[in-house]
Amino acid sequence: MTSGNEISQVAPEGRTLINVRTGMFGATGDTTGYDLMNTVVTMPGATERPYGSWFDDAVDILAELLGDKADEAIQYVVVDRGELTLHVAREHLLDVVRHLRDDQDLRFEMCLGVSGVHYPADAGRELHAVYPLLSMTHNRQLRLEVSVSDEDPHLPSVTSVYPMNNWHERETWDFFGIVFDGHPALARIEMPDDWVGHPQRKDYSLGGIPIEYKGAEVQPPNERRQYR
Amino acid sequence: MSTTESFTPTGAFTEDPDAAEYTVNGGDWTDVAEEAVRLGQQRIVMNMGPQHPSTHGVLRVMLEVEGEIVKEARAGIGYLHTGIEKNMEYRTWTQGVTFCTRMDYVNSMNNEHAYVLGVEKLLGITDDIPERASVLRVLMAELSRIASHLVAVGTGGNELGGTTIMTHSFTAREEVFRIIEMISGLRMNNAYMRPGGVAQGLPEGGVWRIRDMVTKVRGYVDEVADLHLKNPVFVGRTKGIAKLDLAACMALGVTGPVLRSAGLPYDLRKAQPYSGYEDYDFQVPTSTDADAYSRTLLRMEEIYESLKIVSQAADRLEGLGDGPVMVADKKIAWPAQLSIGSDGQGNSAQHIRHIMDESMEALIHHFKLVTEGFDVPAGQVFQATEGPKGLLGVHLVSDGGTKPWRAHFRDPGFNNLQALSMMTEGGQVADVVVAIASIDFVLGGVDR
Amino acid sequence: MHIDENTPDAGWFTGTLEATVGFLRAGSLWPVTFGLACCSIEMMATGTSRFDISRHGSEVFRGSPRQADLMIVAGRLSNKMAPILRQVYDQMAEPKWVISQGVCASSGGMFNNYAIVQGVDHIVPVDIYLPGCPPRPEMLINALTTLQDEVKKQPLWQSRRKEIAAAAEAAALKATPTSDQFGLLR
Repeated sequence: MTSGNEISQVAPEGRTLINVRTGMFGATGDTTGYDLMNTVVTMPGATERPYGSWFDDAVDILAELLGDKADEAIQYVVVDRGELTLHVAREHLLDVVRHLRDDQDLRFEMCLGVSGVHYPADAGRELHAVYPLLSMTHNRQLRLEVSVSDEDPHLPSVTSVYPMNNWHERETWDFFGIVFDGHPALARIEMPDDWVGHPQRKDYSLGGIPIEYKGAEVQPPNERRQYR
Repeated sequence: MSTTESFTPTGAFTEDPDAAEYTVNGGDWTDVAEEAVRLGQQRIVMNMGPQHPSTHGVLRVMLEVEGEIVKEARAGIGYLHTGIEKNMEYRTWTQGVTFCTRMDYVNSMNNEHAYVLGVEKLLGITDDIPERASVLRVLMAELSRIASHLVAVGTGGNELGGTTIMTHSFTAREEVFRIIEMISGLRMNNAYMRPGGVAQGLPEGGVWRIRDMVTKVRGYVDEVADLHLKNPVFVGRTKGIAKLDLAACMALGVTGPVLRSAGLPYDLRKAQPYSGYEDYDFQVPTSTDADAYSRTLLRMEEIYESLKIVSQAADRLEGLGDGPVMVADKKIAWPAQLSIGSDGQGNSAQHIRHIMDESMEALIHHFKLVTEGFDVPAGQVFQATEGPKGLLGVHLVSDGGTKPWRAHFRDPGFNNLQALSMMTEGGQVADVVVAIASIDFVLGGVDR
Repeated sequence: MHIDENTPDAGWFTGTLEATVGFLRAGSLWPVTFGLACCSIEMMATGTSRFDISRHGSEVFRGSPRQADLMIVAGRLSNKMAPILRQVYDQMAEPKWVISQGVCASSGGMFNNYAIVQGVDHIVPVDIYLPGCPPRPEMLINALTTLQDEVKKQPLWQSRRKEIAAAAEAAALKATPTSDQFGLLR
């Protein structure tokens, strides 16, 4: 997306910039001529304490276990729609997950995979890896989010702590090109081995072909006008 | 066995890691055997699938065998990768249901259930869903669970040579399908649940038909149990086979009947109830045998439990009468109710009359909501539900628009399939089939 | 018809070898199990008691392509699976036929994207395109009986591939290109 108004493209601190929309109804650019119809779309921002529920306790325990690394490791905390998200620095990801799994008051035994999300507009942290964690002992769920840049898409693999994430990390490598350092065998899993590119990134086309039927041609969904 | 004593080492079973490997790409078995003899060792790399009658779809298993013993097993997946998650990013939130229902295709309703609950959490309307819609969702999810377990039990039996088990299970499944078809209009890939509710209510006479179905299915499942569970061949081939104890389950993130067969009664319908599951009376069958037999047994017991939930849901639907099945907010609710017309199922005649003859605004509203969809505030959620195969989760990210920014499904089959190596290595080649059947995954869900 | 020694004027049965072979072939089309996705479940349902494909002689689903006459491509075909489909097809002995079950196999269907082959006719020649998502078992049986009618009529001793290619080419030359069919889109 291009816009004349550069200032509006900066996301507020502690937020993930998703998109900057100009104009309305999916038309390309601001057609009003005033160039004022810019909408900055961001993810919900950092939450101030108290977070409510068991969230404060869990974050406190984790911070205590991390010691003086806590401020650096936990970048910010988001509580949104009743769910807790910890934004974690990748250097400390392994420490964080180890504490989350091993401490008896946290005890997140299960990592339910890793979901890659691509935010091309979020300069410097385009690729996000989202780890949903589940504690069966305490019946709780929380989410870790780690962001890396397109130029340096490296993350430590959590397979040493959560062996169950083996295939999930391979899938995220396959679809998003996030490299999980320390993974035992980071090979493609869904796409053929010789496939070029990482198909679920936003800069990878959906790859549909136009459908022709009795003289009329229907474009594939990614080339139609978008009502975003 | 007596052969063990008379066995004289031939040097065939070498532990030499540098020994030449002989890959079998089909061909005549005599040639294969001769080549193996010539190479002086018996470790053979075998490829099973992706086109194989007993791999539950297009799974590929790369086996290293020494004689009949599996030394190493690796699963290769991706042969049914469909790009569903990427496709959903180009469709509205409502249209997303039609994609996710095709993931784990023997279990359409639970996929839809997880997805619509996720969208509703994003919208913040979880508490506004009408009770009738929630009951219908539970009903359909349980019917789907029964159908899924019947396929698991049936095809599992078929792979061990008992075709009657399959035909009988499928007969029961057809009874379930009659109800699913009556309510949603389709046998499979129903797209019945919508963000905000369900597509339509129960048709006339529905409750009676459901009760009739419950009796019939219970009868069929009784017959399958009689036929199957005492069968000496089945017992001999599954008892103590494909073991996966609790520690291994936890390390590999295995959920569903496989985890419950290892002794942990973890079921999200009990642990974190959704859609009012806390109001239904049902048990979570558990075993401690951790083998293929106990998993089959648990699936059959779960069918009975699901039938109990279906009966309770039918009672509730009878009590609720003709209530709304869609959220009241007109900005989200699908504008039309479906009905059966002379030319099949479609928008109801009253609705067509209303938008075409009476109200221009209604027409605009219908057009906008159907073509453009509704906006979902930016944010992300993770919704976990209990699918028949385990924990079925969905991670949804919205950019505030009418389409998902990212939709990702944590399919239980994808995760549980990682356990295949651990279940099969050190066992017999023939038990690989048993292990595959006992995990019960569907490649549509695994590969998405 | 019941024929034995008591039937008047029995003892002779005349017909061409071609028609007899066609009749026999059509009555025992053995499918190879090529279940890919949703349609394969409906294919299995077709084989079981409510629909019972064995009434039409096709209940013997073969795991080995060498023993099969018919490939029912049931479901969406990914790019990764495409070479395998072709290999299995090549392993089948002539004469062989292909039913493309469901829209995904026929045209890519709703999955118009990077992963799915937009129609298995890019990979193997298709005899019957069966729409539906997934088609009901009744529809699959209809496709099978339609194919049986074709099989009955098929002449012997001809290279089927050449024949299909020639027929397709002739039909294509005769037909109005879809790009010229204006005003028909409804």
